[in-house]
Amino acid sequence: MFGKILIANRGEIACRVIRTTRKLGVRTVAVYSDADARALHVEMADEAVHIGASPVGESYLRGDRLIAAALATGAQAIHPGYGFLSENPDFVDQVMAAGLVFIGPSAASIRAMGLKDAAKRLMEKAGVPVVPGYHGEAQEIVLLASKAREIGYPVLIKARAGGGGKGMRRVDHPGDFSEALSGARREAKAAFGDDRVLVEKYVDKPRHIEVQVFGDNFGSAVHLYERDCSAQRRHQKVIEEAPAPGMTPALRKAMTEAAVKAAKAISYSGAGTIEFIVDASAGLKADRFWFMEMNTRLQVEHPVTEMVTGVDLVEWQLRVASGERLPKTQGEIVLAGHAFEARLYAEDASKGFLPATGTLHHLKFPDAPPEGTAIRVETGVRAGDAISPFYDPMIAKLVVHAEHRTAALAALRDALGRTEVAGSIVNTAFLAALAADVDFAAGDVDTGLIGRHQDALVAVAAPSDEAIAAAALAATDAGAPGPAADPWSSLVGYAHFHTLSRRTRLRYGEENILASVSARPDGRFQVALEAPHDAINSHDLRNLPRTARWPGHVTVFEGAVGYTFAVPDPLAKADEAAAASGSLRAPMPGLVKLVRAAAGDTVIKGQPLLILEAMKMEHTIAAPHDGVIAEIAAEGAQVSDGTVLVRFAEDGQV
Amino acid sequence: MATLQTQISPASESFRANAERMRELVADIAEKAAGIERGGSDEARERHQGRGKLLPRERLAQLLDTGSPFLEVGQFAAWSMYGEDIPAAGIITGIGRVEGTEVMVVVNDATVKGGTYYPLTVKKHLRAQEIALQNNLPCVYLVDSGGANLPNQDEVFPDREHFGRIFYNQANMSAAGIPQIACVMGSCTAGGAYVPAMSDETIMVRNQATIFLGGPPLVKAATGEDVSAEELGGADVHTRLSGVADHYAMDDEHALAICRRIIKNLNRNKAISLNLQKPVPPLHDPHELYGIVPTDLRQPYDVREVIARLVDGSEFDEFKQNYGTTLVTGFGHLHGMPVGILGNNGVLFSESALKGTHFIELCCQRGIPLIFLQNITGFMVGRKYEAGGIAKDGAKLVMAVATARVPKLTVIIGGSFGAGNYGMCGRAYSPRFLWMWPNARISVMGGEQAATVLAMVKREGIERKGGQWSAEEETKFRKPILMKYEHEGHPLYSSARLWDDGIIDPAKTREVLALSLSAALNAGIEETKFGVFRM
Repeated sequence: MFGKILIANRGEIACRVIRTTRKLGVRTVAVYSDADARALHVEMADEAVHIGASPVGESYLRGDRLIAAALATGAQAIHPGYGFLSENPDFVDQVMAAGLVFIGPSAASIRAMGLKDAAKRLMEKAGVPVVPGYHGEAQEIVLLASKAREIGYPVLIKARAGGGGKGMRRVDHPGDFSEALSGARREAKAAFGDDRVLVEKYVDKPRHIEVQVFGDNFGSAVHLYERDCSAQRRHQKVIEEAPAPGMTPALRKAMTEAAVKAAKAISYSGAGTIEFIVDASAGLKADRFWFMEMNTRLQVEHPVTEMVTGVDLVEWQLRVASGERLPKTQGEIVLAGHAFEARLYAEDASKGFLPATGTLHHLKFPDAPPEGTAIRVETGVRAGDAISPFYDPMIAKLVVHAEHRTAALAALRDALGRTEVAGSIVNTAFLAALAADVDFAAGDVDTGLIGRHQDALVAVAAPSDEAIAAAALAATDAGAPGPAADPWSSLVGYAHFHTLSRRTRLRYGEENILASVSARPDGRFQVALEAPHDAINSHDLRNLPRTARWPGHVTVFEGAVGYTFAVPDPLAKADEAAAASGSLRAPMPGLVKLVRAAAGDTVIKGQPLLILEAMKMEHTIAAPHDGVIAEIAAEGAQVSDGTVLVRFAEDGQV
Repeated sequence: MATLQTQISPASESFRANAERMRELVADIAEKAAGIERGGSDEARERHQGRGKLLPRERLAQLLDTGSPFLEVGQFAAWSMYGEDIPAAGIITGIGRVEGTEVMVVVNDATVKGGTYYPLTVKKHLRAQEIALQNNLPCVYLVDSGGANLPNQDEVFPDREHFGRIFYNQANMSAAGIPQIACVMGSCTAGGAYVPAMSDETIMVRNQATIFLGGPPLVKAATGEDVSAEELGGADVHTRLSGVADHYAMDDEHALAICRRIIKNLNRNKAISLNLQKPVPPLHDPHELYGIVPTDLRQPYDVREVIARLVDGSEFDEFKQNYGTTLVTGFGHLHGMPVGILGNNGVLFSESALKGTHFIELCCQRGIPLIFLQNITGFMVGRKYEAGGIAKDGAKLVMAVATARVPKLTVIIGGSFGAGNYGMCGRAYSPRFLWMWPNARISVMGGEQAATVLAMVKREGIERKGGQWSAEEETKFRKPILMKYEHEGHPLYSSARLWDDGIIDPAKTREVLALSLSAALNAGIEETKFGVFRM
């Protein structure tokens, strides 16, 4: 076993790898960019090396710096995680050339599987079923179109390199082929620097089922059963599970045998995944699955396999890479129970899953799972960390396990309902809606499910009156704990024969809400809301949803939905007050040295307007707010203190 | 500690009758309080709101922490005194919490006669300041007042305890390190202008607040200058040019937010030197007080039944339990704070007075706050008692009460008559707070005794001249006296004149005392130096 390894990754996967290395007594070196200087993976590792600026091209994709860091710290091997350089054979070569071990397959294996058409030919040769399609080198549009006709519409155009849905187009009619082709090429070029494509049969009601395989350097290879990743939106996996719902022994046997065959065909060493497309239009049939591609790395969704097999895949990676044999034979690998993984992302489901950023002011994951179930939360962030625009906006993976699929799905819904994130927009509600979807719950999944149900899955109901009341209480710090022994803290709301109600303003989206909070004689609070909302009496307040207060906002958690209310700060009216004065006056007598704006100009807050020289110092007079200048002092003018230097137009009138 | 046992039976006829009567009394007070809470007339309030202003109690709520208790002082001030409704004397005063700090808040109610100062308005403002001074509480003045009520100028302006004393107090409190904050939200004219000007920090609301010594009409008359109120003394003028005010606020809400920020920055710390315990509720339900207190003041009852419903865990360690039994003395805890309690169980004898004096000495020596539960007809009279020196023993008690420097709190739970009022820390003995139950009565002597004494004097006079006075005539003579004493001894009559700090619900006595005492602990407990005890 290695004494020390470098993890060439960040976020949850880096943290995940560190957990296993601790168990094995292996020391770790983390790497970080500027943005990640205080990240969790840096804190968890034994050592950390700064490798560059925040953009990935200047840090996590800089193989030379990663190798230099490994050499400088005395690491013997590099774990690539997933993404970044994990499937870059040139990087593997460089690692080897530096005398280090790459914890993953050989460069040759990666290359063999890197180009999809070549991989398919290889698989066909090895006797693995592949989707009918054209994987040739020739890329003329006429040829591709005729191949498409041969295969039969609908067809799928895919980039030869890469994955993740980029450079992929479904074409239903021959007339749409050329436009789809150019779109696919553009994306492929942009994403992978390679615009070559392949054309395949489009499978109706397709399911994405993949088999986890593991090989060692002694020619052995085993499978660790399948995962179903059919719940996808635009080819991005959302919820994965193991085993696949409705899987038959015959199909499992056929698929796993094919997968092991595929791995052996390229003498695969390490963790890999064989992705298959399965035609579920007539149920799962042993002859209706085809090889799609092989991922020559650890997958994001590997924890579901770990949950149902009890195998630590990262531990196996380290053992195999350090020269050990596979820890278990095929017969020793037993499938037990059912597991789900949901990917918690900072994204706005209601706005087309737009990636979001922000500081995670409040972050709470479920800890105690329902009886008979297990939960595992994989995350690389803590409360207070930021989701930056530089990296994948995944916050966490919630992984649950139970004896049966129904119990596991219930545990997943429970976990999502108890997950609290405030400070960024997140997809928790979307995940919960999917977990509650009738077809999904029935196991009737295919890769088109989310697209078909999308409107219902992303719809968010307006916050309930209870949620608004909870927000009002949080916004006014009602019941904020003081020194509890003092009656001024504990005798909430006492007054002789009357009660005082405190007003608070909230904004939810475009709606302004006025709430009055008052204490009742029993010490609980009562919230009165403006119509059309109802007054919430103290009886209901006992079961108010949970809240998180963060700068300028309150987030209320109702089940898996987080409603964020803005809380306007009355003190912010000071800015208005400054604006209201309508003019800027000279703070002292002086000379107008330089004028940098003219009457009629529209200026923005903070923009320098003129320079006043006084007491041998130059004072920049800047716009206190956005506005239009009505009048401005003349250059060279001598002014006394209090002289109007700039007058703003009211309501934009000059 | 010893736990007090109760002798009452809630099922008994008398308990139910007492409870019914007390409920009526409390309901009557609550109803009157609800009327006072509304403030001025509907028309005046609408006009006020029409100017974009918050109502006084809305301002108060916006200033205080959400859920803060509000220990209102002088709620019934000016009740039925000026031939017209002057709710709360046009000024709301009391203690509340702002950013975790207890402050005295004084709020003018412009919907009541333009917030002008009636004699009771001045008295109430001064009482609020007195409480702030005694208990080291920062003062916040939410100013919206037309100044002195001109028709009553002779009772408002010239005397020592009149308008000018407000500014004297501000100056001296500021000197004592007690912050003075003014938030001007309306007019603040003439003498009133000194409230913000004498404050440590001042906020003004634009287009609402004005501060000037002479308003536009006076200026016009004096100098012929034509000037608008806003130009003469608006927020812009005073925050930008004159420096009379420090903070410019866009509206009430903004001003109150600034005010809260000022309090937050005061850097105050409530350091309590008492040995505090974890508060526990009384064992016996305070609501049972309704059924315990007899409707007839002459009917005696054991004050321990009251104490059992005030102190933590109903635990009370009596001092000299077997001596001077008409005065009950002992130690307990109120919301975790140690207190020494003196409660009347009948007329005061020499022994009771000596016991009370001894007990007050103990509490002062140990720095334990005192609570007086007044239900007292007076000291015992008669040849034996005079000869026994009841006057000098009573004097010892009065000496101890007068000079004790620990916080003193008084609740009048029944009668408060004659010298008993003095010995049990009546208003003249400066308890930090004095509260009254709705069933209480206060006068120099009971109505019956007064009528009897006056009738005897009258009968002697008539008979000396050889006249005759029939029993019928005597009854007729006594009736207006009884009525006068009943009227003037009533808690509302007392509260209207600020002889007390307010009428409270007996079931809430524990809460009121706990808040009062905790507020009082903002000031450190001073050492007591007694005078000469007549031996």
